[in-house]
Amino acid sequence: MTAPTRSLLVADARTKARNRAEARFRAYGLAAILLSVTLLGILLVSILSNGLSAFRQTEIAIPVTLDAALVDKGGKGDPASLRATSATAYGKLIAKALKDELARRSIPTGGLSDKDIAALISEQAGADLRNRVLGDPRLVGQTVTVDGLATGRIDGYFKGRVTLESAEKDSKIKPEQLHLADAMRDAGMMALRFNSGFLTNPDASEKRPEAAGLGVAIVGSLYMMIVVLGLSLPIGVAAAVYLEEFAPKNRFTDLIEVNIANLAAVPSIVFGILGLAAFINFAGLPRSAPLVGGLVLTLMTLPRIIIPARAALKAVPPSIRDAALGIGASRMQSVFHHVLPLAAPGILTGMIIGLAQALGETAPLLLIGMVAFVRDMPGLPPGGFLDPATALPVQVYNWTQRADPAFTERASGAIIVLLAFLLIMNAAAILLRRRFERRW
Amino acid sequence: MTRPTIRLTVRLTLTASTLALGLAAATAAEARDQIQVAGSSTVLPFATIAAESFGDNGDFKAPVVEGGGTGAGLKKFCEGAGEETIDIATASRKIKPEERDACTKAGVTDIIEVRLGYDGIVFASDAKGADFALTPTDVYKALAAEVVVDGKLAPNTAKTWKEVNAALPDQEIMAFVPGTKHGTREVFEQKVMEAGCKATGAEDVIKGIKTDPKEAAKACTTLRADGASVDIDGDYTETLARIASEPKAIGVFGLSFYEANTDKLKVASVSGITPSVETIADGSYPVSRPLFFYVKKAHIGVVPGLKEFAEFFVSDEMAGKDGSMAGAGLVPDPKLADQQTIVADETVMN
Repeated sequence: MTAPTRSLLVADARTKARNRAEARFRAYGLAAILLSVTLLGILLVSILSNGLSAFRQTEIAIPVTLDAALVDKGGKGDPASLRATSATAYGKLIAKALKDELARRSIPTGGLSDKDIAALISEQAGADLRNRVLGDPRLVGQTVTVDGLATGRIDGYFKGRVTLESAEKDSKIKPEQLHLADAMRDAGMMALRFNSGFLTNPDASEKRPEAAGLGVAIVGSLYMMIVVLGLSLPIGVAAAVYLEEFAPKNRFTDLIEVNIANLAAVPSIVFGILGLAAFINFAGLPRSAPLVGGLVLTLMTLPRIIIPARAALKAVPPSIRDAALGIGASRMQSVFHHVLPLAAPGILTGMIIGLAQALGETAPLLLIGMVAFVRDMPGLPPGGFLDPATALPVQVYNWTQRADPAFTERASGAIIVLLAFLLIMNAAAILLRRRFERRW
Repeated sequence: MTRPTIRLTVRLTLTASTLALGLAAATAAEARDQIQVAGSSTVLPFATIAAESFGDNGDFKAPVVEGGGTGAGLKKFCEGAGEETIDIATASRKIKPEERDACTKAGVTDIIEVRLGYDGIVFASDAKGADFALTPTDVYKALAAEVVVDGKLAPNTAKTWKEVNAALPDQEIMAFVPGTKHGTREVFEQKVMEAGCKATGAEDVIKGIKTDPKEAAKACTTLRADGASVDIDGDYTETLARIASEPKAIGVFGLSFYEANTDKLKVASVSGITPSVETIADGSYPVSRPLFFYVKKAHIGVVPGLKEFAEFFVSDEMAGKDGSMAGAGLVPDPKLADQQTIVADETVMN
């Protein structure tokens, strides 16, 4: 008996149904990808459109004569006598220089009071000039060009955030001040420049949002990452190697395994509570210190490193170990000479991804005092690990809560910086894997 | 990766970790040279301004300032005396007796209480919307969960402001009020809801129904839960964002926040008085509260610059009438000189 003949070229009903099911599944997959790409696109566009302007800042160039009679009242020219002049006094000096410069260039001030004209320059300018003079006392008596920041509202005007209509109702700026700013820009005194201070300056108060920068946060994040790397790499790798290569398989190691997997899923805020209790209240380490932040993040990162490290070790074929043992190597020699080098790319990839997660973590840092206003740069290591600092994601959180609208732009700018760091780290992880990974 | 590089990496990481571990022991003993401040998020902007200028001018490092709320700040403050504890707690209310007790128990006995100034609480709506001239009575009638109808408590059914007071705009009642964890909420309840409750005579009726005085006070200050009043647990930026998407709503803000956003918000007068630094300072605007900071006397002379910072914080240049903080919305204390004397003499609370 022969089966009824069927052409392979004509699909029957069942084949058609199966083909349709596959086409549907592909469409779902594509739709899922498209949706996530669109959402990511919206996120990136909104962050970039809000935040890119933070990398440019309005500056006013003013020639200031550092009259020795005003700057160095002690008249000795030594640092001690220069220190006696306050930043406010320098601010007044700059305000007067601005007024003189406007008069010299015959730019009409539109009937603005001296105070309103002085309000165009950031208060930060006085402090910066004071530091400049203290750093180089020979400047006393000379005329220097001060590139002072314009206040946040003027800066916002050139960036489109402040308009003449909004200035009518705004208690912090007058439309006449904006007209003057226009005239100064046309005269070349005022311009938008690349804002390097955004990456180097410390945070600033509501009075001078234009001077706020990420310097302390970047250094704080860097110090924390050094602590996390220095602690979690050796501990994590040692734990993974022991568990994978040496530990007997029994109930106790099973329990440890379950606990590690469990710890990887514990919400990060829990580690913050632990850190507060163990490192600050019990061990007496200072608040807001990158060392404590790093220790807390190490706790959080460890299970997330041990798991991929064990997977990488597991992926090395047993034949490698057998061959090493077969020619007389000890177990330790077989692990350190053969297995670990082969697993290293996988371990490093896990490590970098773990570090990237730690870099973006905010919640545990809330509890150990890193959400703070810190003006002074932490010192150089090792002492600097105990100086107060903030961290990048914390700075984002901090700036979104500020009243002055200029901080909105800076929060988005900080997100861009954070994303750039994450991108570099994740790209490095992929690169390492591509370059060194071996498959069997 | 070749074997020597792996060895090098292992050696490097081992060195790094030994360093990191050794650090804690080696440098923890080093004296703290930065003042630590924590507490009220209302005082936070003022404290950062003072810290910034202090760092600019003085020979000391700028203090580290944390927010977190009055309660949280005072808790940290009362954990004990010593370098690992904070030096100054800021507060948007006076320290409570139980917090004093906690302080005393932990050995923090000598506390200097300084009144920094005042903060106004304002009602503000979208800048393009209608004008509001409110009274505590209006707000109470519009937002209380239960109002008195024919001598009995009944759920509040008012839909528009016009229903509450014919002089107000014919606009749906919608208010964003800070959540209960905020100090602002307490002031709002005391100075607006309770005042309104009293003025409408509802308080007497409630006292007749509820004998427990605590229950009676609660009945006056409980807000509607039917959507007309929304608790905002975040900060004022969230309230502002909600108003931007809901232009008919009224929000409760701190004066300093409103001052920074006058282009987006329109402020309502309360009992005919428009809030401003002047009207709050002379006491005519009713909804305000004092702001304080507390200094640990035991830390003066130990943490460098602590007394200097406390003096700077209440100096005329900062907290005075034309001071930096007044520009950011702090209402100056008319008797600031008294506070300056308290700091100068290191007068402790009794």
